[in-house]
Amino acid sequence: MISPTPSDTELAELLDAVYHRYHYDFRGYAEASLRRRLASALTHLRCASVGELRARVLAQPRCFSELLQFLTVQVSDLFRDPSYFRSIREKVVPYLRTFPSIKVWVAGCATGEEAYSLAIVFAEEGLLDRTLIYATDIHPESLRVAEAGVYALDRFARFSDSYRLAGGHGSLANFYTAQYSSAILDRKLKQSILFSDHSLATDVAFAEVELVSCRNVLIYFDRPLQDRAIGVLRDSVRRKGFLGLGAKETLRFSPHAEAFTEAVPEDRIYQRR
Amino acid sequence: MAAREVHMIVIGGSSGAIDALRAILPALPTGYPLPLAVLLHLPPTQPSHLVEVFRAQARLPVCEPDDKEPIMPGTIYVAPPNYHLLVERRGSFALSVDLPVLFSRPSIDVLFESAAAAYGPHLAGVLLSGANEDGARGLECIARAGGLTFVESPATAAVRTMPAAALQRTAVAHSAPAADLGKLLARLAATPRPVEAS
Repeated sequence: MISPTPSDTELAELLDAVYHRYHYDFRGYAEASLRRRLASALTHLRCASVGELRARVLAQPRCFSELLQFLTVQVSDLFRDPSYFRSIREKVVPYLRTFPSIKVWVAGCATGEEAYSLAIVFAEEGLLDRTLIYATDIHPESLRVAEAGVYALDRFARFSDSYRLAGGHGSLANFYTAQYSSAILDRKLKQSILFSDHSLATDVAFAEVELVSCRNVLIYFDRPLQDRAIGVLRDSVRRKGFLGLGAKETLRFSPHAEAFTEAVPEDRIYQRR
Repeated sequence: MAAREVHMIVIGGSSGAIDALRAILPALPTGYPLPLAVLLHLPPTQPSHLVEVFRAQARLPVCEPDDKEPIMPGTIYVAPPNYHLLVERRGSFALSVDLPVLFSRPSIDVLFESAAAAYGPHLAGVLLSGANEDGARGLECIARAGGLTFVESPATAAVRTMPAAALQRTAVAHSAPAADLGKLLARLAATPRPVEAS
């Protein structure tokens, strides 16, 4: 069965309702992905139409948190795209080393894998003691998972491969304890990360940092919202600091492009002018 | 009679589809005006070499699109590994890391459905050799939106499952061997076709 596509008006009404009632702003999300996610939500929540979903979301906060799950669903891996983390280690860390203290912002951290991957790189490079990592997301449930730092153990065989490809010095096993079917990440890693709520769609810069890592988040935004979000990221990176994006994300189409130079073009790492 | 023009071509495939594309892409002449998006199932963790492979065959420029890349005429866009590739209504590409669909990321259904929503009757969809049923639903969406549908004939495809699944689901307009598909696609750009009676 192919469900009927919601009209533009229905979609706009739902997003307006969500924004005004719950202050989550999805109005600038890229449409094609948003429509797919909404279609999954309709099936799962057994709603016949977007209009029905809107009525239920307005009446029941619990229905909204379920919808939020679908609209923000984000799954990542430790060391997803190993070459990115290798470049962070080999090209960015030597520069960061020259600072007495280092602040990093992982914008759109989802369930935390990216923040922990960076923490592991910094730990191995002997920088973690003077590093503070802010990791932010809009989804409270994801932040809870991230903060717990507990992941399914069966994912770690693949994570270990990626860790090695990313230039890991030792063994990933040094950074977690296995317990039944779970891997619990090291307390030292957790202590260096501050998880909190932040929206690239509605909030502004909150700190000036040496490195912003914001990967596979901008792909969900339309062009105007991307421009806004990249503006927030630009305002957050100190002069000569770095901005890392996802493998297929680029500043090429952004009005903020000239604020940056391409530090590692193949891994989409930019440096603030 | 109103003329229906094709503005974009989407092509999906899996096992055996690289050889089919080796037959199709050389049929498109220099200066061919339509953009093509080509999506093959790939291992998620390795860099793709498809751009180099197709560059050696095609007379058109070949690239992997970035997010929000505007869709330009006469260009072959190859879906990158480990992302879904989507088409936005403004005529640009979008990417997502949402969960795999039918165990596939990139998924042919995701590309075809989004392209059908963006281009409606001005889209042509082509499904090639492959060992699973990804793409059947997407090709149905293209047909429903009034677009043109093609499959590589299961009889000549290296692996018949994918085109056969589409044929079972949708009244596909053309089923042909890969070499003929190339000629048919080349002709799409030559003349606006009359709309079929519905």
